[in-house]
Amino acid sequence: FLATASRMAFASAEDAEKAISEFTGGAAPQSGKITLTAPEIAENGNSVPISVSVDSPMTADDHVASVLVLAEGNPNPDVATFHFTALSGMATATTRIRLARTQNVIAVAKMSDGSTYIDRKEVKVTIGGCGG
Amino acid sequence: MADPKPRIKVPKTASKGEVVTIKTLISHPMESGQRKDSAGNVIPREIINKFTCEFNGQPVFGCDLDPAISANPYMEFTAKVEESGTFTFSWTDDLGKVITTEEKIEVS
Repeated sequence: FLATASRMAFASAEDAEKAISEFTGGAAPQSGKITLTAPEIAENGNSVPISVSVDSPMTADDHVASVLVLAEGNPNPDVATFHFTALSGMATATTRIRLARTQNVIAVAKMSDGSTYIDRKEVKVTIGGCGG
Repeated sequence: MADPKPRIKVPKTASKGEVVTIKTLISHPMESGQRKDSAGNVIPREIINKFTCEFNGQPVFGCDLDPAISANPYMEFTAKVEESGTFTFSWTDDLGKVITTEEKIEVS
């Protein structure tokens, strides 16, 4: 496994920070409002279920615009960006992601007024989903 | 590859103003561009990079997908329905191919 890890270029926490800063326009996101749900231990890194949920009335004037999901220890930290509208009803989404190794998964929400919120969870990965 | 067939779960009926849960899954290898074949050559990236859901032509939910999304991308999200109508789901891959499908809902 060590040989595999050294052969591959992993992203770093700094790459994830850069992606967050681009998403928020340089502002430091606050904690609260957003909840990222991920398993504590993922046996198979090829398919890890994650959910994001943001507390918002989801009206035309006050809703969650988008949520950025990052995995700071993957070869590339980008995972997905969800886009919501008032028609979403709730700012919640679930998908399945690949995690190359044990790492933090990060979710950042951007509200319609431009404010941003962050949550992160560490996921321990038994078998990495990095491919062959 | 034959056109992947999406699988979608939308309730057939709902009451006005209800927030319904929608589940979608589409068969796709989501080739990450990180893997190598047996000869050691990098297998080129080919993924679905965009998903959108509209209701009666209005955007409801969308997602930009990166290679870290698992094969056979699964998306679960919600929609608030005020009237009967049609959901339109679209998936766009790296080659620009778009797969579109529709589901109707009866709102009373």
